[in-house]
Formats: sequence, structure tokens, C-alpha cells
Amino acid sequence: MGLATFIGGIHPYEGKELSEDKPIKVLASEKGETMVYPLSQHIGAPAKPLVAKGDHVLKGQIIAEAGGFISANVLCSVSGTVKGIEPRLVANGAMVQSIIVENDGEEEAIEGFGTERDFTKLSKEEIRQIIKDAGIVGLGGAGFPTHVKLTPKDENAIDYVIVNGAECEPYLTSDYRVMMERPEEIIAGLKVILQLFDNARGIIGIENNKPQAIKKLTEMVKDEPRIEVRPLLTKYPQGGERTLIYAVTGREINSSMLPADAGCVVDNIDTVASIYNAVCRTTPLIRKIITVTGDAVAEPQNFEVRLGTNYQRLVDAAGGFKTEPEKMISGGPMMGQALFSLDFPVAKTSSALTTFTKDQVAAMEPTPCIRCGRCVSVCPEHLVPPLMMSASLRNDLEKFQSLNGMECVECGCCAYTCPAKRPLTQAFKEMRKAVAASRRK
Amino acid sequence: MGKLFNVSSSPHVRDRITTQNLMFDVVIAMIPASVYGVWQFGFNALLVLVATVVACVLSEYVYEKLMKKPITITDGSAVVTGMILALNMPPEIPVWIPMLGGVFAIVVVKQLYGGLGQNFMNPALAARCFLLISFAGFMNDFSAASIGFDSVSGATPLAQLRAGQEVDLAALVIGRIPGTIGEVSVIALLIGAVYMIVRKVISPRIPLIYIGTVAVFIFVFGGFDVTYTLSEICAGGLIFGAFFMATDYVTSPLTVKGQVVYGIILGVLTGTFRLWGASPEGVSYAIILSNLLVPLIEKATLPTAFGKGGSKK
Repeated sequence: MGLATFIGGIHPYEGKELSEDKPIKVLASEKGETMVYPLSQHIGAPAKPLVAKGDHVLKGQIIAEAGGFISANVLCSVSGTVKGIEPRLVANGAMVQSIIVENDGEEEAIEGFGTERDFTKLSKEEIRQIIKDAGIVGLGGAGFPTHVKLTPKDENAIDYVIVNGAECEPYLTSDYRVMMERPEEIIAGLKVILQLFDNARGIIGIENNKPQAIKKLTEMVKDEPRIEVRPLLTKYPQGGERTLIYAVTGREINSSMLPADAGCVVDNIDTVASIYNAVCRTTPLIRKIITVTGDAVAEPQNFEVRLGTNYQRLVDAAGGFKTEPEKMISGGPMMGQALFSLDFPVAKTSSALTTFTKDQVAAMEPTPCIRCGRCVSVCPEHLVPPLMMSASLRNDLEKFQSLNGMECVECGCCAYTCPAKRPLTQAFKEMRKAVAASRRK
Repeated sequence: MGKLFNVSSSPHVRDRITTQNLMFDVVIAMIPASVYGVWQFGFNALLVLVATVVACVLSEYVYEKLMKKPITITDGSAVVTGMILALNMPPEIPVWIPMLGGVFAIVVVKQLYGGLGQNFMNPALAARCFLLISFAGFMNDFSAASIGFDSVSGATPLAQLRAGQEVDLAALVIGRIPGTIGEVSVIALLIGAVYMIVRKVISPRIPLIYIGTVAVFIFVFGGFDVTYTLSEICAGGLIFGAFFMATDYVTSPLTVKGQVVYGIILGVLTGTFRLWGASPEGVSYAIILSNLLVPLIEKATLPTAFGKGGSKK
């Protein structure tokens, strides 16, 4: 059997050599530092604040509770004083209501923080409650609340728990570092999840551009009957949920289905490690592994930081800029958000800060479509982007939907590969928003 | 921070391939056939090549200038059109005829419909058919006196096959035959085709299905004769048409299934025209007729979106 993969996809420059061999450096929180906790760091309803200005808060304390079934708690990552609740800038450029805490540097934690716990003695309900309380969401970028994902309609129908170690986004190395430095957390976290699903096998999918991680984890799971490591072909977007499920199981899901409909639960590497920390070490989600990279920073590397830390601190810790960046991206170059400021906090879904001395996109002028079909052959969703583009240009929402435009995952392959440099993905994002808005009416 | 950063929607990186270097690759792929044609047929062939390319590029420039549109001659598409048209000309043709064809291709077939990407027929082929109808005498005159081999009859291999004569298969493959400037040497054309396939400029899907269909069609309806079938494949414009004209991005289907259907239609039409048509050649007409069907083929062959094909549990 060849390497597991999907049909379509691209091979962009990986850029991982900048930071892949840099061990995770823990950035301690600093006394007097202003921490910002947006109430919406996940898919679903924003969390509801439980604290008010002037309150004293502890490390690990729930400062805002889930605002609905699909929502997640927000926890304080330091101890200190609530300075206020006000709108603050987040990575996607929006102003989001956020709780502001000034760190008192005391590291005063909630009771029981950090105590070891034997997960095999916990019931399924207890595990789900711990994960919910810990504020864990999909840390790969989407931010879907993990406790919801782990509570499917029929838990016996789940036969695969897939740990997503593809890390197909160029430049990102945080998941790789976790696999190399904390593999026992991943395996233990996966065991916790498997305890919830009696019929499931655990599969850790890793792209074959990370041979050392594959080797290390394969060695560690060789005596685990329910867990196996599955090498995946290195190809973007191998780590997309739908493409990963297809590569591992041969099953296909579309936009109106959940992974559970195909008998799968998919969790990112860092999410699984966070589950381990919450369940086995009573350490809720208060930190994040962030890759700071690109050709503009002095020392590209991987950091472990507290949630709520300002991005400027990450840049300073990476030695600042060696050249003025022309472009800064929260995340990687394929799906990340371009930034106009560094004054925003590390959130649960943050993964990287990628900086470019030269913005290769700015100077590109789109030229007419020559119908070369490259976008058609790379689309992992098997769509026909040129036809979707002409519907987009006419703002024809109906045609766009009949061409399955709502199946687009916005991975960027079509725009990446277009020789005429047409803004395909960008147009589709706008159309998808317009269609979603029209459906809400 | 006072500095302004570039902000745009993802993706923030792009592939290196551009329209321009794709067109340039097609030009490179036509060089072996062009060199062979000039070497075999002499100076007039070179003159036809240069003059047709100049006519195409110049008419694109003048049209866009007059219409106050952005000048796009640097994208290389007019050069490609000019070369394809020139390679489709008999070697001794008076130069003004292909030049007129070049103007027709660019202005009428391409620019009037909106320029690059908007034409519904291959411009070079539409121009060739226009010239074939308008100047039948010149366009079908292959009695090139200057060529250094026996072609007293001046008949092309296809005409000979039509007349029931045997043709020399080796001469067909090398190109020691009368014909248009670019279509004669199968070897030179295949070198270019392999170059385009290796560089991923074209997929071999359309040409192989096209040639395969012609082979089956001729074999079945031409009397189950292997030599005859092979001669039909190597003679005339089939190899040139299949790799360089049927694969034209703008006028071929985007969808994979559509490309299969398109290749089969091309093959059936070519076989029909060749066996029972008025002229021994049929590739050009088969391609431009099939061009017209492309929007319909595409509509009928839209791929099933990922995950929409029913559960595979």
C-alpha cells in the first residue's frame, strides 16, 4: 500500500527548516503584564463573563463560562486583577469583547491545580466534564469545542479516533515539536479519548516530511493494541479534516456532515496533549505552542506561552525583526490571517506568527483566466473553480451554490496554483459569506 | 507601530508558474517542428513563420491600442497563435495569405469575443479554416518545387492513402513528405509533446484519447488494416493537432470527464471526415467543431464534489 493521501492538493515551499529543530522555549509570564482573554476564541456562542472589574482571579480559574451548547469556557492563565471587560483587537482584525487581567506575578493557582490523576478510574462523563471545564477547543485552528466533538449522538458508532499530526501548513512546526518533545502526552491523551469510545482505534496521522516524529511515535506505540501511527503523503492540505479522514479511512464527508457521521473523531496534536494535561495533570488549557517564523524575525523558533500574552512579546523573545517585515500572518501562509498590528493576544486557535520581508502577493496583477484547469486538478473538494469564479464575478449566489461552492474549504490551493494569479479563494470566501448570510434571512 | 503592513486575504504565497511562462513553454515545444520544417522546405517556410507571428502580435497590439485596452502582447498568447497558424501553412504559400489569417485569428476570433480566454474557437484553426475556404488553391498546393526529395506528384500522404496508394511509414515518421510546414515530422512533434508533458504544460489525456479513437475508428471502418491505420495516424495534421491544438486550454473542457468525452468526439469526427469527407484531411474541422461543443460537454460532466457521492462506509 502506498502512503495514505487524497486526490488533488499542492506542494508549496515548506519553510519548516527555519524552526523545526528549535526546541520549545517556555516563556514565563511576567509580573505587571497585561493579559487579554477574548470571550470568543472558538466556534459557537461567545462565553459569558463570570468576573467583574477589580476581581482577584487565579491561574486556571474559569473567568467566562460557555454561552451555549456549542461554546467553551475561557480560563485565566495567570493570577492577578481584572482590569476591565472591553473590546480588543483579535487576530482576524475584529474587535472582540475581552477580559483584561493584570498579572500580579504570584502564579497563585486554583485548588488542586497540577495534581496527578489516574484517568482509568474516571467515568466517561467525568472525563467529558473535565475537558469542558478546561476550556479545550480544536487547537488546529478551527476552535470547535472539544467536549462537543467527544459527545456524538452514538458513541458506539465511532470506530476511528484520528490524531492530526499532518501539520501540512507551510512554516508551522509547533505540532512537530510537541511530537518530538512530548510524545508521551499525545499517546496518553489519545488513550483518554479511546476510553470514551469502546469500538474505536486510535490512528496518529503524520506527513512523511517528519520521519523522525513518525519513527519516534511508531516505536512508542508498538505495544499499544489500539493505537497505530499512519504515515501520510506530504501534500497540502493533507491535514484538513475531510482530506485526513479520507486518507486514513477512505470515507468521505461533505460540508453538511460531521466527522462523527463517518465514524471518526479528529483532534489536533496539541488538542490531544491538552486533553492529557487537563485530565491527568489537572492543568486546564492555559498555554499554547506558537511558532514564530519567517525570514523577517531574527531567530525563528517555537514558544510555549500563556494564553492572553501579547504577540509583541513573542517577537521580542525571537530577537525582534532583523528586517522590517512587509507582511505578517497569524498562522501559516496558506490559510493564515494577514495582520496590520501586533497588538493582539495569543488565543486558543493561534498557531504561529509568520513574517515575510517581501510580500510576494502584493505586486501580482490578475490576468484573464486561460482555463488551464490547474485549479480543477488541485481542488481537494473536486470543484471547478473557474465556473465558481464566473458565478462570483456576477454575484450569482444560486449558481455558486449549484456548483457546490459551499463545499469549498478555503484551503487556497486554487489561488496558489493559478498561473493567471486570479484571486479565486478570496472570491469564494466572499461568496460563501454572502450565501451564509442569505440563508440566515 | 507606525509602519503599515501589507494586508490581504489568504493564501499569501503563489506558485511560480505564470500565463507567460506557460505560453513560452508551448513556443519552445514547437521549435523542433519549426526547425525541421524550415530545414526541409527552405527560406519561404521561415518567412511564413516570422511574418505570421509578427502579424498576430502586431494586430493584437494595434487592436488593443485603438480600443484603449491594456496591451497584452507580452503574455505570449499571440505568439503561440501565430506559430500554430504558420505551421499549418503549405511551405510555398505567398506570405500575405498567412498574415491575413493572423489578423483574422487575433481580431475576429480572439479580440472581438473579449480577448485571451474568451474565444470559443481556437483562433489559429479558425483562421486556417477561413483561409482554406477563401484560398483553396494556394492552401492545397503542396507541389513545392524546392524540396529536395521526390514529390513530383505533389500529393500529400493523406491524398495518396485516399487514392488507395501505399505510403512509406518511415518517411512519415521522419517527415520526408510533402505537407504543411509543421505537421510533417512526427518525431519533431513528439519531442515537443514530451517536453510539454514533462513540464506539465499539458496533460496527455486529450491527445492520447483523440489519437486512440482515430486509430480504432480507422481500423474498424478502414478495413482492419494495421499499416493503413498507422499511416493515417502519422500522416496529415493528426499528431500536430492532437498535441498542440486540441489541448488549447481556452477551447477544451476543464473537467476530466469532459476531456475524455472531448477526445472521443474529436476522434470520431476526424475519422469520419477523413474516410468520407470531401477533403482527405479532417483534423482542423474536427477540432473547431468540437470547440463549439465544449460548454455543453462541461455542463454535462461536472465532477461530483468530495463527499457528495453517497456514503462509502
